[in-house]
Amino acid sequence: MPAITKRLNFLFRSTKGLVLVAIALIALVTALFGTLSGPLAEWGVKDIVVRGLGLRLVEAEREGRIIMLYHAIALAVVAIETYLITALVPMKQSEQTRINGTITVGYITALVFGLLFAYFGRNWICHGLFLFGQSLIFFAGVQLAVALWPWKREYRRQDAAYARTRRGLDLERTAFFTMAVAMLGSALFGAAAGAYFGNGFESFLAENVVREPHKTALQLAVIGHLHIMLTLIGVALTLIVGRWFDFQGRLHKLAMPLMIAGTIIVTLGVWAVVPVEEIAHYIIYAGSVPAALAAFLLVIYGWRKLIRERLAEQGLKKASLRQNLAALLHDPLKFGALWQMVYMNFVVTFVGIFMAIRLEKIVRTWPWREERVELTGHWHVLAALIATIILLYYADLIGLQGKARQWFGWLVIVGSNLAFAAAALFGTKRLYVSESAQQPLVNWATTLIDLGLATVLVVLASLLLWRLVDLFQRKGLWAKEWAEADLAAGEEVRR
Amino acid sequence: MKRAVIMLACLALLAGCGPQAAPTTPPKMETGISPETWALVPAGEFLLGQHDHPTMLDYNYEIMVTPVTNSQYARYLNAALAAGKVKMANNQVVGYYAGDKFQGRRHEKKITAGDWLHVPLASQDLRLAFDGQTFTVKPGYENHPMTMVTWFGAQAYCEFYGGRLPSEAEWEKAARGSDGRPFPWGHEIARNNANFYSSRDPFEKNVGTLGNTTPVGFYNGKTYDGYQTLNSPSPYGLYDMAGNVWQWTADIYEGIHYRYLRGGSKTNYGYDLRVWTRNSAEPTYASPSVGFRCVRPVSK
Repeated sequence: MPAITKRLNFLFRSTKGLVLVAIALIALVTALFGTLSGPLAEWGVKDIVVRGLGLRLVEAEREGRIIMLYHAIALAVVAIETYLITALVPMKQSEQTRINGTITVGYITALVFGLLFAYFGRNWICHGLFLFGQSLIFFAGVQLAVALWPWKREYRRQDAAYARTRRGLDLERTAFFTMAVAMLGSALFGAAAGAYFGNGFESFLAENVVREPHKTALQLAVIGHLHIMLTLIGVALTLIVGRWFDFQGRLHKLAMPLMIAGTIIVTLGVWAVVPVEEIAHYIIYAGSVPAALAAFLLVIYGWRKLIRERLAEQGLKKASLRQNLAALLHDPLKFGALWQMVYMNFVVTFVGIFMAIRLEKIVRTWPWREERVELTGHWHVLAALIATIILLYYADLIGLQGKARQWFGWLVIVGSNLAFAAAALFGTKRLYVSESAQQPLVNWATTLIDLGLATVLVVLASLLLWRLVDLFQRKGLWAKEWAEADLAAGEEVRR
Repeated sequence: MKRAVIMLACLALLAGCGPQAAPTTPPKMETGISPETWALVPAGEFLLGQHDHPTMLDYNYEIMVTPVTNSQYARYLNAALAAGKVKMANNQVVGYYAGDKFQGRRHEKKITAGDWLHVPLASQDLRLAFDGQTFTVKPGYENHPMTMVTWFGAQAYCEFYGGRLPSEAEWEKAARGSDGRPFPWGHEIARNNANFYSSRDPFEKNVGTLGNTTPVGFYNGKTYDGYQTLNSPSPYGLYDMAGNVWQWTADIYEGIHYRYLRGGSKTNYGYDLRVWTRNSAEPTYASPSVGFRCVRPVSK
């Protein structure tokens, strides 16, 4: 019994354990529900899973099911980010424990009962528990915002290397705080609409109403909610990666005010979609630029640091271009996390900008189903890129070393990049081929997407399998990680 | 690492070598379902849309049992050309349309009175041939649905024969009857219920998973060269109300110039074949996956 207690303590009371549990749950959900569409459905795996598990897939409820599946995954991602924030940003131990405890119960309740409601018959008790779980997550978010309050005396930034005001206000902490408050507001923004649509009324997918000339306020709120939540998850992750790299110096001082301003403006812009849709997009563009610029500054800082540290390790004072490049690529986990942010621009941002600029001239001359393929591809790629950055960070967090680090890092980068490039090509295929000539492109693109994603999933499965086996060992990595967490818990305020 | 990359690349190469679209003559298959037949849809209430809104259509109407075929459309074009209802311009069949009311809404385009595209003759995807005098059908496609026809071309056909395009409500009622089913034949979809993406019908063998059109009324329970279909009519006996080709509908909505399509096509996943699923396109849009059928008042 003590052996099980120790392991449960590791899994549910340490940051590394909590992140591992959340990643494992997301992986399980992805593996299971991924069989219901795409190639696995085509190969007949879907039928086996549906029969084997007794899933109840009512055709009219498909959109509602998908919405709950998206929420189940997204809530677990929010939980992971929360664990990382409470571990990285100084706060009281008791605050960290309360926040992590609340969100863990919240997201697991919402995930389990949300999926039971969606896929195993509409049991309204499950739906109630899904809402209860989400409420707990919201409450954890409120606690997080309180803990992050940047104007507390004890959190004044003394070190001049980091962004701060003259009075010592820590601007990075303020950026985290701004993100947390914006996310709470945006969650409410979605919850208001969800309270109508989710309670058995007419659930819909945002991409399905994109061409409707008249959208209701609640429909606009749903569209806004999904966009801003994904954006804020991205903002949070950028800030987390900044902590991972110990982002500081001149670029940090530039980046943090930009990130704060960008977060506020983008959030207000998205909320403005409901009352003033016509001008909301301009506000969103205005906010996206500083936020993206802040991320760009982090990339510059991070890559320079990677090169500098590697060259120092090698004892090279002057290096050739090739040596600089080799130093940059030396650690695929750290390089990859920042590279994915850059790559995001090619397969998400630039495609999105093109679509916006050429909406009337090109995109809206396609039938709506073609536009929908691009829209769904666009945000699936963005969400998946965010997931890969989390995976790369987690692999570093658990101290993956040597060849395992290289293989894991490069396979995640190459696999995902291949898949997302092909997805971007697939989504915009009508630009290059006519409908009747598209079969070869579709064959290639779908093959590359499947191959790339399969690579990432196999690598992830290997990592999780290793961690699972490790849990059965008395002195496994888990025991070391738990001992470290136990030590850290002794400090009242962690820095 | 290098070896792994090379192996992955080889796998991708192999996997990408699927069947490719090529202009081939399809196998001739007679379905036994006449495209000249019409079905009666009686007045009454039915459940409209994904969320089953009770809706009343208080009149009887007749609707074509199958989509309009290439043979029917070629015959129409020859008659309409002779009657001066359509004309040739820049290798296109065009015809007059009185225009839409323009509201000046965001994204709305003007559809003014004048000649509009019916059929683009230059398209490789068109299953009709024109020798300067007469329209004929390319061999093998006689009983396949007419495609590469714009909304204007579809509407003109129906009006020429005293009918019109169905409204979305008329189309959906004809597809699902009054019991709220999601597919014309019932509650679930199997590969041999309809022609959709990767449904493995005999026509996919030549051109790949995105498929080719199947002859109208193909899914009627018959076996074609060893391929067994399921009999999949709608409650009123209509075929191809799910899959094969999207079908133009008549409605013109305030503030937007798009026209709406129903039914899903050979290139869509099964869920897009649910009877309430909509697609939209500009009225000048023509595609190898878009066809139509007509409705008319009940004949005496």
